[in-house]
Amino acid sequence: MTQVVAKKQSKPISSYLLRRTKVRLLSIITLPMTWIVGVYIVSLFLLLITAFWNVDPFTSLVSPGFNLENFKMVLTVPAYIATSIRTLLIALSVTAICIFFAIPLGIYMAKIAKPWVRNLLAVAITLPLWAGYLVKIIAMRLVFTEEGFFNWAMAPFGIRGPGFSIPIVILTLTYLWFPYMALPVYTAIRQIPPNLFDASSDMGAKGFTTIYRVVFPLITPAVIAGSVFTFSLSLGDYLAARFTGGATQMIGSIIAQNINLNPPVAAAYSMIPIFFIVIYLMVARRTGSLERM
Amino acid sequence: MLRLSRLTKALLVAIVGFLLIFMYTPLFVLILNSFNESQISGWPIESFSTKWWIFAKDYQPIRDALLNSVLVATGAMIIASILGTLFAFALKGFDFFGKSTVNILIVLPIALPGIVTGVAFSNTYSNFLSPAGINLGYFGMIVAHATFCIVMVFNNVFARLRRMNPSLQEASADLGAGLWQTFRLVTFPQFRTSFAAGALLAFALSFDEVVVTIFTAPPGVDTLPLWILKEVGRPNQASVVNVVATVVILLSLIPVYVSQRLARAQEEER
Repeated sequence: MTQVVAKKQSKPISSYLLRRTKVRLLSIITLPMTWIVGVYIVSLFLLLITAFWNVDPFTSLVSPGFNLENFKMVLTVPAYIATSIRTLLIALSVTAICIFFAIPLGIYMAKIAKPWVRNLLAVAITLPLWAGYLVKIIAMRLVFTEEGFFNWAMAPFGIRGPGFSIPIVILTLTYLWFPYMALPVYTAIRQIPPNLFDASSDMGAKGFTTIYRVVFPLITPAVIAGSVFTFSLSLGDYLAARFTGGATQMIGSIIAQNINLNPPVAAAYSMIPIFFIVIYLMVARRTGSLERM
Repeated sequence: MLRLSRLTKALLVAIVGFLLIFMYTPLFVLILNSFNESQISGWPIESFSTKWWIFAKDYQPIRDALLNSVLVATGAMIIASILGTLFAFALKGFDFFGKSTVNILIVLPIALPGIVTGVAFSNTYSNFLSPAGINLGYFGMIVAHATFCIVMVFNNVFARLRRMNPSLQEASADLGAGLWQTFRLVTFPQFRTSFAAGALLAFALSFDEVVVTIFTAPPGVDTLPLWILKEVGRPNQASVVNVVATVVILLSLIPVYVSQRLARAQEEER
C-alpha cells in the first residue's frame, strides 16, 4: 500500500486569510463594490446633481449651479405632467394585462397540461424573452402597420387595427415583458401542494372558488415580484412608443429628446420614473414578496 | 388535483392558444419578411427570395455592426463574469452589515429603466469626464454593458454556491491546500458550469441591449441593434432590416440554448 504523505508546506497568506474573515471578505468584495458604486451609483448621483444645473443660453453648454428651475418645469409644465400620467397609466395597464393572462396560463401549465405540453410551453414562453428587444418592437411594427399582417388577417371580418397609437404601445409593451410575469406566476402555481386543492374541494369549493380563495393568495408574492419588472420596464421604455405609438410620447421620449439639448432637464425628468419605481418597490416590499426575486 | 369544469378547461386552452399566437405571429411575420423579394416589407408577401440575405452578407456597415456587437458583448461578458463571481462569493460565504443593500445594488442596473441607466452614463461621460479630459469612447460602452450584465453571472453562480457542500473546502484546507489551490481544484470545478451559463447569458443580454447603447456608443459606432434602429427610423421597413433582425434572433438564441444545456448537464451531474 502506498502511503500519501502530505508535505508540510507553510502558506502564510492562506493561513492569515483563513484566520481573518474580515480581511478575506474585503479582498473579495472590494473590486466589485468599487465598480458598482464607483461607476454606477456615482453616475446616478451625478445625474441628480446635473438636475440642479442649467444650460447657458448663449453657448448651450452645461454650467454648474444650483437652481430648482428644472424640477419646477418638470412638475408644472402641463405637457410634462400629462406625459408622466400617460406613462404611468400605460405601465399600469401593461402590468394588469400581463397579470390577467399569466394566471390562466400558469394554472393551465402547472395543473392541467401533460408534462410534455408543460415543458414545451415553458420553452415557448422563455424563448421570446431572448429573441431581441428591438427585434420584437419592429416585428410588432410590421404586424400593426397600415398594410400589415393584422389588417390583412382581420379584413375578412371587417376589422381594422387602430394604427400606431397608445393601445398598440400597450400591446407591444405587453408583448415585450409578458414572460417576466408569466414565469414567476407559473413557478408559484407549480409549488402549490396538490393536497390543498383536494382539501378545498372536500370542503365543497368549486373550481373557481378554489382558484379565488386558494390559488390567488398563494401566488400574490409572485405576481408582485413579476409586476415590479413589467411596471418598471414599461415605465422607462420609449422605443415602443417611438415605433408603434405614432405621436405617443412617454417619459423616456422626453428624456431622450433632451439629453443632448438640455441635459439638466433630462436629468430632472429622469427622477420621475425613479420616483415612481421607488414608490412601487416600497409598496411591494411591505408585502414581503421581494425576497423571492 | 384542481378540478375544473369542461368549459373552464376549454377556456384555459383557448387563452393559451391565443397567447401563443400573440407571441409568435410577429416573429414569423418578421422572419418571413426577411425573404421578401420587394425592398419594402409588407403583407402578404408577393414573392420570396434570398436576395436580401445575400446582400446583407457582404454589406460592410452590417459586418462592422456585427463585429462591434460581438466585441462589446465579449468585453462586457468578461468583466461581468469576474465581478459577478466575486459578488456571489462575498454574499454566499459571509454575513455582514448591509448585505441586502449589496444585493439591491447588483440588481439595480437592470431594475431601473434602461433610459435612466443610459442617461446616467451619458451624463457622466459627456458632462463630467469629457470636460476633465477623459474620453472613454468605445470602452465607455463596454463599461455600461458590463454593469448591467453582472447580475446574470451573479444569479447563476450564487444559486450554485448555495447548494454546494462547504465541508469540501474545509477538508481541502485541512489537507494543507492554500486558498487559491482550493479554489482551483475544489471550488471552481463545482461551479464552472453555472459560471459558463451565466457568462453566456451576460453575452446575450449585452448583444441584445439597445437603449443603454444609444446613449453610450461613441459617434459613428453601430452595434447591430443600433444599425437596425437607424434603418427603421425611415417610413417603411426595408426588407434587409428583417434579415439583420432574424440574425439577431438566431445569435441571441444560441447562447441561451447552450446555457440551458449546461444547466441541464449540471442537474444530471448531481
